[in-house]
Amino acid sequence: MELLRKLEILADAAKYDASCASSGTSKRNSLKGGLGSTEGSGICHAYAPDGRCISLLKLLLTNACVFDCAYCINRASSNTPRARFTVEEVVQLTLGFYRRNTIEGLFLSSGIIRSPDYTMEQVVRVARVLRLEHGFRGYIHLKTIPDAAPELLAEAGLYADRLSINMELPTVAGLESLAPEKDFRRIRHAMAGLRTRIEGAQDEAKTARRAKAQKFAPAGQSTQMIVGADGADDGAILGTATDLYAGYRMRRVYYSAYSPIPDASRLLPPVAPPLVREHRLYQADWLLRFYGFSQAEIMAGGQGGMLDLELDPKTAWALQSRQDFPVDLNSAPREALLRVPGLGAKTVDRLIAARRHTRLRAADLGRLRVSLAKVLPFVVLADHVPRGLDGAGLRQRLLPATAFAAAARPIQMSLF
Amino acid sequence: MPALAPRQGVAVTLPGPADFTAWRQAARGLVAADIRPEQAEWVVAGELPGLLAEAPAPPPSGAPFSVPRAFLDQAEIAIRHSDPERFALLYGLLWRLVHGERHLMQAATDPAVIRLGALAKAVRRDAHKMHAFVRFREVQAEDGPRHIAWFEPDHHIEEAEADFFLRRFAALRWSIVTPRRSVSWDGTALQFGPGGRRADVPPDGAPGDRYEPLWRAYYASIFNPARLKPGAMRAEMPRKYWRNLPEAAEIPRLMAEAPRRVAEMMERAAAAPNPRPQLARYLAPGQLSAPPHVVRDMPTPIDPPTDSTLALAALREELLSRPDLPDFAARATQPVFGEGPVGARLMFVGEQPGDEEDIAGRPFVGPAGRLLDRALAQAGVDRREAYLTNAVKHFKYTPTGKRRIHQSPDAGDITYYRPFLAREVAAVAPRLVVSLGASALTALTGKKLPVLKTRGQVVTALGGQPVFATIHPSYLLRLPDQQAQADGFAAFVADLRAASEQA
Ligand code: SF4
Repeated sequence: MELLRKLEILADAAKYDASCASSGTSKRNSLKGGLGSTEGSGICHAYAPDGRCISLLKLLLTNACVFDCAYCINRASSNTPRARFTVEEVVQLTLGFYRRNTIEGLFLSSGIIRSPDYTMEQVVRVARVLRLEHGFRGYIHLKTIPDAAPELLAEAGLYADRLSINMELPTVAGLESLAPEKDFRRIRHAMAGLRTRIEGAQDEAKTARRAKAQKFAPAGQSTQMIVGADGADDGAILGTATDLYAGYRMRRVYYSAYSPIPDASRLLPPVAPPLVREHRLYQADWLLRFYGFSQAEIMAGGQGGMLDLELDPKTAWALQSRQDFPVDLNSAPREALLRVPGLGAKTVDRLIAARRHTRLRAADLGRLRVSLAKVLPFVVLADHVPRGLDGAGLRQRLLPATAFAAAARPIQMSLF
Repeated sequence: MPALAPRQGVAVTLPGPADFTAWRQAARGLVAADIRPEQAEWVVAGELPGLLAEAPAPPPSGAPFSVPRAFLDQAEIAIRHSDPERFALLYGLLWRLVHGERHLMQAATDPAVIRLGALAKAVRRDAHKMHAFVRFREVQAEDGPRHIAWFEPDHHIEEAEADFFLRRFAALRWSIVTPRRSVSWDGTALQFGPGGRRADVPPDGAPGDRYEPLWRAYYASIFNPARLKPGAMRAEMPRKYWRNLPEAAEIPRLMAEAPRRVAEMMERAAAAPNPRPQLARYLAPGQLSAPPHVVRDMPTPIDPPTDSTLALAALREELLSRPDLPDFAARATQPVFGEGPVGARLMFVGEQPGDEEDIAGRPFVGPAGRLLDRALAQAGVDRREAYLTNAVKHFKYTPTGKRRIHQSPDAGDITYYRPFLAREVAAVAPRLVVSLGASALTALTGKKLPVLKTRGQVVTALGGQPVFATIHPSYLLRLPDQQAQADGFAAFVADLRAASEQA
């Protein structure tokens, strides 16, 4: 098969993995040889019309797979055309694209062929050739197969910046019904193994002399859950996400709206992807990790285990917690400011810096480009006291009038 | 320095549009000469001269004075902005900083400070987009391949950003040409030159790059038509960049085809499974254990095996597959079994596995475990000869951000796991069981005995075995001061020694 055709099939097969991050790894450059650099923050080299960042060359080594995960285009029983790259082909594509400055590096995954060890060995070989034979210093993300041998995982961590194992479905029941060969416990077990190695390498780097420390996936591990394929509600998804963050030190949990695929399984007929729900989950995830919210607080803003689709989760929570408001922006502590709808962490820090020198007024907020319509109902300023905080009309006033909000209305779920 | 007439302006000519060093020197001279911001006019050499200024600027002089780091950091970047007012803005801020407003940079709502931040931000964004959207084309020169790119930045960032491309592509020979400037790397030195024309980079009609069709194919294939969000794309990749991005030529087609492709997927709905599915025949035996539903249906043994080792193995198997485990068990990584030789003289029973035990799948390997190790060593007990386990076999916790906080098992949890513990004690058949902490004591005896009053005594387990009661080592970790910890540790060691002597 022609290389171009293979690339089409194996990129198409890889696109349901949401992760394309290339940030948070060790800094490297090629001033003393090799090719490439990493700069700490990632770079999106292009955006596709789906609005997603293209940072890495995201490929499957092969889309042949003996597993039969119902949500996946590559499942054993799918009619999709199959293809397989050679190790050298992936290596040359990565280097060729990298030299033209179109990517930060490679995200390589694979369907499972022959055995987990065989498959993992092939994936690791690509990374090994890139690093050792070509001195590649760019970013490498490898998908890890939970059942692969420990030596292969150790070698993968040596070359990869990030490793990931996808949880795919947030509950045992979901996994059993839709991905019968996958096992919730084995996945968690493998994640625990990665945490041990990642932390081991970090400890070693702190104690041993730097050159000596054995590297292991300096950008940590991440995972993904599919949203809307099984019956799991947002509470279950966020519950599993918080467990994974806390238990296995995930750098990121990705949420991927179940999207129609060209050859859907009978178990899972195609539906419009719940993009708004996915967006709300990312917002909630952010509040959990950086804004001091608990999962219970976030879920209190929604109903029946689901987040509010019309309002962002912080505003939805604030409407249920009106007793905590208004917050005086001139005197309240940082934690309280972080909970004000419409105020991000950066804005909060700027407000705190500014209020040391001046009494904050509504115009100051305007200059910091915050949405006054969102913030003012919940805060007190030198020249502002909110009205209608207890009124029934507040929710209506807060519904954003943007196109996105229109798209957020649940009716839009029958999009097609 | 002769004083200037109050209305007279001075003209400062900078050698380049983003020459921060020159600006800094000139500004120092102006401050020393007491020239107010509205008197100074800034011109870049080669650009249109100013209209108002009459006098030349004073020579760069004056002793250096200190200004906040935050100002310098922002100014050095903001000066690359294409706004002709940038030099005046910077000088205005500098003037205020040295005339009584030392904390100006913290006044986040001051219009000039906001403006400075906005300029710096725009420059950073421009630089970031340059890192992202420069597209090299490989061309064959006589002496090998060269990588050349045409790029159109909004601001004067070419020189500042050359280093980025050097760090990344030191092994290649490359040039980036913009309308104002060109940068080249020949393997030994960076060279800057005048700008160029788009049509020359590479010259029109030059052979195409063989990777370009591949890259376009990748771009088209990675796009998911069911998630069309062109607004999000344009926000991050504005149209002005498209003409220099080969893949952008695909955008109109991808957008036009998306609705039809999705409609087809929806219409096709569920396809019949492939009559020739991918076969698992290559899967090596033993690579994958039996699927979960098979394991789950295995009957629990009615007559537990009599051999102790087999009994422990059966216990393990059962804990892995029981359908009625408490809810929190599903959130643990794995059950944590006991560890140690069957027939050990001493069997230690703790409360439940913690974070590190859950990850490692072994008992007593976390902070409390390390403390126990130290105490055992001092008491002269070899850990490897003892059997260690917990009353509850799964880690129960509440997640808070990046940590899992231990949650004490309640009476129901202890009751649930009690039969397992009883069978484990029976199988190991130690001479003496040592209960560490309240949960273990309750689990073993079925009674809620106060630990601090019972410690040092031997009580009887529900199964009849003798149980020596003492504290849990994590209790020592919670003691407030060092003296209390040292005393507590000594008492704990004494308990362990006493237990060892009685076993
Ligand atoms: S293992 Fe499942 S999710 Fe992964 S490629 Fe195979 S079918 Fe798809």
